[in-house]
Amino acid sequence: MLEIENLTVEVAGKEILHNVSLSVKSGYTTVLFGPNGSGKSTLLMTIMGFSGYKVRSGRILLNGEDITHLPVNERAKRGIGMMMQRPPNITGERLKDLVRVASKGKVDIAKIAEELDMTNFLERDVNVGFSGGEIKRSEILQLTAQNPCLLLLDEPESGVDMVSIEKLGAKVRELLQGPSHCAGWRERSGKAALIITHTGQILDYVEADRGYVMCNGTVACSGNPRELLAEIRKMGYQECIRCKLNQPNLVVENVASEG
Amino acid sequence: MASDEERRAREALRKAARFGDDIDLEAYSEGSRELAPVGSLEELPEDTKTTLLDTGIVPSGKGRAGNFLLMDNSVVHSAVMGEGVELMPLSQALKVHDWLKDYVWKAVRPDTDKYTAETYLENADGYFIRALPGAKVRMPVQTCLLLKDRNTKQYVHNVLIAEEGSELEVVTGCTTSKGVEKGLHLGISEFFLRKNSKLTFTMIHNWSEVIGVRPRTDVVMDEGATYVNNYVALKPVRSIQTYPTAHMNGPDGVCRFNSVAVAHPGSVLDLGSRAILNAPGCRAELISRTITTGGTVIARGQLVGNSAGIKAHLECKGLILSEKGVQIAIPELEARVPDVEMTHEAAVGKIAQDQVEYLMSRGLNEEDAVGMIVRGFLDVGIRGIPEHLKAEIDRTLQETDVRRG
Repeated sequence: MLEIENLTVEVAGKEILHNVSLSVKSGYTTVLFGPNGSGKSTLLMTIMGFSGYKVRSGRILLNGEDITHLPVNERAKRGIGMMMQRPPNITGERLKDLVRVASKGKVDIAKIAEELDMTNFLERDVNVGFSGGEIKRSEILQLTAQNPCLLLLDEPESGVDMVSIEKLGAKVRELLQGPSHCAGWRERSGKAALIITHTGQILDYVEADRGYVMCNGTVACSGNPRELLAEIRKMGYQECIRCKLNQPNLVVENVASEG
Repeated sequence: MASDEERRAREALRKAARFGDDIDLEAYSEGSRELAPVGSLEELPEDTKTTLLDTGIVPSGKGRAGNFLLMDNSVVHSAVMGEGVELMPLSQALKVHDWLKDYVWKAVRPDTDKYTAETYLENADGYFIRALPGAKVRMPVQTCLLLKDRNTKQYVHNVLIAEEGSELEVVTGCTTSKGVEKGLHLGISEFFLRKNSKLTFTMIHNWSEVIGVRPRTDVVMDEGATYVNNYVALKPVRSIQTYPTAHMNGPDGVCRFNSVAVAHPGSVLDLGSRAILNAPGCRAELISRTITTGGTVIARGQLVGNSAGIKAHLECKGLILSEKGVQIAIPELEARVPDVEMTHEAAVGKIAQDQVEYLMSRGLNEEDAVGMIVRGFLDVGIRGIPEHLKAEIDRTLQETDVRRG
């Protein structure tokens, strides 16, 4: 579905991502771990195509098509949808109207708003005066309306209080996996997703198939997401960095200790 | 023998206004005072009726408490349908109400500038509207000022009195017939809001590229009065310079000015609003949203705090959608006592790219995203506008070319 090939990206003249490669398979949920400032958000913003994220080398392929230089709306049209960490305020534009435009009139706005406890926000200006948790719900509301086939979620759980996280998590799961909880169905018919998570909390709500760890603008590790999370919780990201830097030695050490 | 007032007006005939291009008054012919009256606005030609509709004026008069139409310099129609309100030409009102002479030219001074001076000396007519004491006038009064002849100088002198405890809404549409080659509108408006009265006044300017516009408006407010001024100018015009001022003389008055305007290529809009808070507990809010697609906008605003315990906010925001457009924001705060709370916020610039791309990430193309942001931007300025006018203004906005040039 999505292939990132040797992507090097700079922001305001500074190289943030160095030679990043990863892939998200159709129907698979992929999580991206990493400390603050490691380049996770930069990667998502680059995939969505926001200006200011300049691709110096490498490619972004969506279903085999090179979309590296397509405008944002063309990517949206091809099925990419993003939940932003800090979306801009759109003063004077009511959330209701944006949701309606995003859905192309295909969804029952009142119903999904109610499910997300957002009914009272429909008449409000988009993001203006929203709290952290309200922003998340508003983004999920918009994404539900938009119904993309590849979801980019930037820290869906951050800033959300304990009560709402349950609801939000359930909605994210529904968005990703549809009505079925069966693994086979999800792989065949579910959506692909790339989810940034700093704490891993979202894994309490959604099933994930693959994990990547980003450190200092590079992919430090990849593997089973729950195993990765357990390691990160135990050892911290410092260990991932050390591990990556010392990988050749580590292999030797392991071999040595076995002997 | 000429009165002192008249003498001063004569001396001011060459006095340039403080703001705005100096318009040569000799270059225009005086509009006719002899146009035939019309029995109803429905009798007007179809294209004129459409023009009226664009400015929020309903030709059928349905849902309105009164109709008034000034064409060039002739009052061609004046009718009251609702209760609790008087509406007639000012010239007639001066004959009916002896006391009215104590109001005329008391809010606006005849020697303010050459435009007021000439309007004074020409003894201009206009509307007289009075909401009777305690009357809650249910439906709005609509007045229309229309420039019709090929080359016309229109003088208007309006007086509005909201008596104690009354409530009134007025819609004024200002517009130009097709075929006008050159025009000038000089409009004096004097509003008096007595104790605890409320006036919502909405003015829609739909002039044309060949029209110069110099309105002069002063609003005198007594204790507990509320004044809401909505101003909308979305169509091309040659030049407008206006600076309506609320004089809040009684305690606990409230005034709000909302302005939205688009400066098209060739248009110069010098738009101000001013509140002078002279009594304790007064509150004022001046909000302006302006866009240039190639013309010049000067958004002025002034708050003067002369009394303790007042609170006032001024906000002018401008979008520049073209390389050629100019936005000038000039907010002024003037406090003459310590115990005041006065703030302002001004910002000019282009549309934020992150906003455009955010909407594009939801599937909108760039042009639609820009349109949505622009309409949202202006919407903040017209949220105070009465519901019955919103659809009309929304339609005009949809038609207004606000794409990035």
